[in-house]
Amino acid sequence: MSDRQDLTRRIRQVVGEHGHLPVDIATIDDDSDLFQAGMTSHASVNVMLGLESEFDVEFPDAMLKRSVFESVRAIRSALEQLQVVAA
Amino acid sequence: MTLAIERDQGFLDAIRRIADEVAAPHADDVDRSARFPVETIEALKTEGALGALIPTELGGGGESLETVADACFELGRRCGASAMVFAMHSIMVASIVRHADGSPWFQDYLRRVARDQRLVASVTSEVGTGGDLGRSIAAVTPGADGRATFEKQAPTVSYGEYADDLMTTLRRSPDAEPGDQVAVITSRDEHTLEQTATWDPLGMRGTCSPGFIVRAEFPVEQLLPVPLAGVLTQSMVPISHILWSHLWLGIATDAFDRARAFVKAQAKGRPDQLPPTATRLSQLMSELSLLRAEVRNGLREFVEADEEDRESLSTMASILRFNNLKIAASEQAPRVCQGAMSVCGIVGYKNDTPFSVGRHLRDTMSACLMVANDRIHQTNASLLLIAKDV
Repeated sequence: MSDRQDLTRRIRQVVGEHGHLPVDIATIDDDSDLFQAGMTSHASVNVMLGLESEFDVEFPDAMLKRSVFESVRAIRSALEQLQVVAA
Repeated sequence: MTLAIERDQGFLDAIRRIADEVAAPHADDVDRSARFPVETIEALKTEGALGALIPTELGGGGESLETVADACFELGRRCGASAMVFAMHSIMVASIVRHADGSPWFQDYLRRVARDQRLVASVTSEVGTGGDLGRSIAAVTPGADGRATFEKQAPTVSYGEYADDLMTTLRRSPDAEPGDQVAVITSRDEHTLEQTATWDPLGMRGTCSPGFIVRAEFPVEQLLPVPLAGVLTQSMVPISHILWSHLWLGIATDAFDRARAFVKAQAKGRPDQLPPTATRLSQLMSELSLLRAEVRNGLREFVEADEEDRESLSTMASILRFNNLKIAASEQAPRVCQGAMSVCGIVGYKNDTPFSVGRHLRDTMSACLMVANDRIHQTNASLLLIAKDV
């Protein structure tokens, strides 16, 4: 499994656990809009907290907005960006 | 200096004149009868004020948000309900101007608002959503020939009966999630209002905001071409908090002015003694200063953020900032009005003296309910778990 696949798997796990989606995360593809799929603003905060803890990162304020968390792919590029900054 | 600033000043002079000559003399009757401030709104239309925020190339006034905020303040000093109607209309217009620039229908619509001075009301709150504007139950239901319908139960629609058009928030489709929202403009001949409640509130009585079931049929091009979520965070919510807080500041400022006039009248009676109420007035001034500072800062920070990077208004730090403006101003404005009442004593408490501040107090007490502060605290509490620099 590539690093990126592993990253995606862990993101999906966090979203599945904290996103309170009305559908199974397995039915959602990486580009689907999570908010359209039913993630509430409150649940999105829990997803952010879950991601910070899972990946041991802190999202800076500029990243804490809806568009950064609107899909698995968007979350992945945010995390990749953070890890580039960290490295 | 620049042409734009001169025009802003001319516009504000006209608003001040309307506030003094039209809004003020009718304010008590509007309040007592809980009637729409028709004289003020007609005067604002004559001045073209309903198109103030519309760009000049579309026939509007091309005024800045700062100018319109000042106008809300000036109207608020004379009639809170008139100011609220103007503010709510301006919030809807601002949201369209800022988010619908790609839509030919909405460009034409803005031209018509400017040309015909159409009054726009909003149908945002909904029975069953717990006051959360970010969720809807009612949905856009597709029909034949590019048309669609909706039916929405609204607990309050301010001046709905007097508006030419309604801007209603809805779920995108019957199978969309509650947070997947859009907004639609419908005109008087496209919607009906079935009143479901009476209107006899404590304050802001002239806004005429009973509950309605709103039903409409409309062409789909009248749907705002972008999802509501971005419109809410970048425009509708922060601009509401800015314009509302300016008019609350206006009401509180007039209450303070009346208290000051009262103390001055007392002092004139006994020129050698400082009236006992004078110290209390000084304390009140510091309360008013706090309110003014928060309201003015909120506006300045919004305009700066908007000019620098509109996207930044979507961040949690920004949402918290403008939620705080609303909470702080809505709590502080009635505090100032109550302070003014305690300075003026019985002549402030009575409704028919030059120092009456009962209407001011009652009007500003609505502030904490317009999107309930408890609801906003709940949102903030959640955002604070993750936001860093607030």
